[in-house]
Amino acid sequence: MMIRIENLHHTYNIGQPNAVVALRGIDLLIREGEYVVIIGRNGSGKSTLARHLNALLLPTEGDVWINNINTKDAQHLREIRHTVGMVFQVPDNQLVATVVEEDVAFGPENMGLPHAELRERVDEALLLVGMTPYRTRPPHMLSAGQKQRVAIAGIMAMRPRCLVLDEATAMLDPRGRREVLDTVRELHGNGVTVLTITHFMSEAVEGNRVIVMDQGRTAMDGPPREIFSQTEKLRDLGLDLPPVTQLAQRLHQRHPAFSGSLLTVDEIVEGLCRFPQPVEVVA
Amino acid sequence: MRNIVQVQDLHHTYLPGTPFEAVSLRGVDMEVAEREIAAIIGPTGSGKSTLIQHFNALIRPQMGKVIIDGQDLSDGNLDVRALRRDVGMVFQTPEQQLFEQYVGDDIAFGPRNSGFDATEVRRRVRKAMEMVGLGFEEFKDRLTFSLSGGEMRKVAIAGVLALEPKILILDEPTCGLDPGTSRELLCRIRELHDNQGVTIILVSHNMEDVAQLADRIYVLVDGQTVLDGTPRQIFSQPQSLRDYSLDVPQATQVMHGLRSRGREVRGDILTVCEAEEEICRCFGFAEGGGTGVT
Repeated sequence: MMIRIENLHHTYNIGQPNAVVALRGIDLLIREGEYVVIIGRNGSGKSTLARHLNALLLPTEGDVWINNINTKDAQHLREIRHTVGMVFQVPDNQLVATVVEEDVAFGPENMGLPHAELRERVDEALLLVGMTPYRTRPPHMLSAGQKQRVAIAGIMAMRPRCLVLDEATAMLDPRGRREVLDTVRELHGNGVTVLTITHFMSEAVEGNRVIVMDQGRTAMDGPPREIFSQTEKLRDLGLDLPPVTQLAQRLHQRHPAFSGSLLTVDEIVEGLCRFPQPVEVVA
Repeated sequence: MRNIVQVQDLHHTYLPGTPFEAVSLRGVDMEVAEREIAAIIGPTGSGKSTLIQHFNALIRPQMGKVIIDGQDLSDGNLDVRALRRDVGMVFQTPEQQLFEQYVGDDIAFGPRNSGFDATEVRRRVRKAMEMVGLGFEEFKDRLTFSLSGGEMRKVAIAGVLALEPKILILDEPTCGLDPGTSRELLCRIRELHDNQGVTIILVSHNMEDVAQLADRIYVLVDGQTVLDGTPRQIFSQPQSLRDYSLDVPQATQVMHGLRSRGREVRGDILTVCEAEEEICRCFGFAEGGGTGVT
């Protein structure tokens, strides 16, 4: 599985007076098994880029290749959509059935799978997102985080090799966010390529690659530790450091022996516990 | 300071007496003092939106009391128009409610409808735009739908501020905004409170925002207020909050992590700056030559 993007441009309402240029030449290669997080200010083109990955949008210039299939190739549209699944911001808008397992079955059912395989895929997908106990519940009675996990199960039942999440945690409460992030981490552990868009910098550290977008172009691209060491540049791009990294950098300024490039709460606690606490201060 | 909002044992059930009956509020108590910033946090479905819709009489109390600025909202003779001028409500993703072609007209809609003359409307629109950080001359004739998401949200908030409310209710004001825009919007909300004396009620899932802004936090779970107190009191109870599907800010998480490893640091830390000072103090960092808060 590989996503190759070459000189991708996208202009909405092209040729009309209200044309809006959203992407201005993107070149990207996303390899199988990567966990890519896309960040960038409002209007930088993140969602437009994501919608090109399963041909919801087609390039107005340039090309997107999913497994060497050009997304403009209408004959292979179904194959592309089965390879790359998308999860959106509002969980309620993505649920279609009145029972959880029927909702999860909707996608694979439309693929025309035999009943036994359908059953197997639905069970597997529900297990994967930890929603098996809720299989016979009506989805509208679930919490938002649970709904979002059902939406992910519905996508996973189609066994895509790449999962794209467009601000899928934005509307969730803290537990809902944690549940979705844990689920995504587990899917990635099982070999699914993940591409997620978020405004939470603390979520951006989950990935192994961060792409920063600005004005329809990629402005930065690298591992989270490298990206989040460039405070000034990120601020200029309308972004920020995760709170934990801000703290690490401030501590590093005060005490250079302490690393400034820590990304998670556990890392910073671990890092501090290597320093002895002076006895006289405690007393 | 007197309480501008008082909620006593408020209950609400949607579609009572039908098979679709759903109990939303089961006895909420809340008091917001004048010029306070109160935050309501709680898991999805805990009744936050139902509660705030009572504050400008979109929902009338079924049982219990809501008193806003001395007016009992159960009163059949309530002047709802006057109440809605006093209580400004900014819903989630309010930019979806913009409808005028030009920014200035959209913000002027409320004051015009309230019957103010052109000079007064203009004064209010200019002031509201300045309060959210949109230059009047620069933005008033801009096309509403050509703005960025953050700018559109500011226009929507300015439209509410143009009615000069005493109480401003914000439902998830930073949801979906990039970090730079969020930071600026939070500063503007703080200024509104500090400079204009507006009482603010904030609903949010973002614990960092709440820790930064709120004077007082109400935790709503399953239609009841289960905890209330200052951010320091609330966020020093990470386990209770997690049990309620909530969390504490990351800086607070670090301090609780250190405490669970036996380090003697304060657990009631709210912000990155406070965490920095506390850690430097406890670990003896930057002794005799610290750079101070940057």
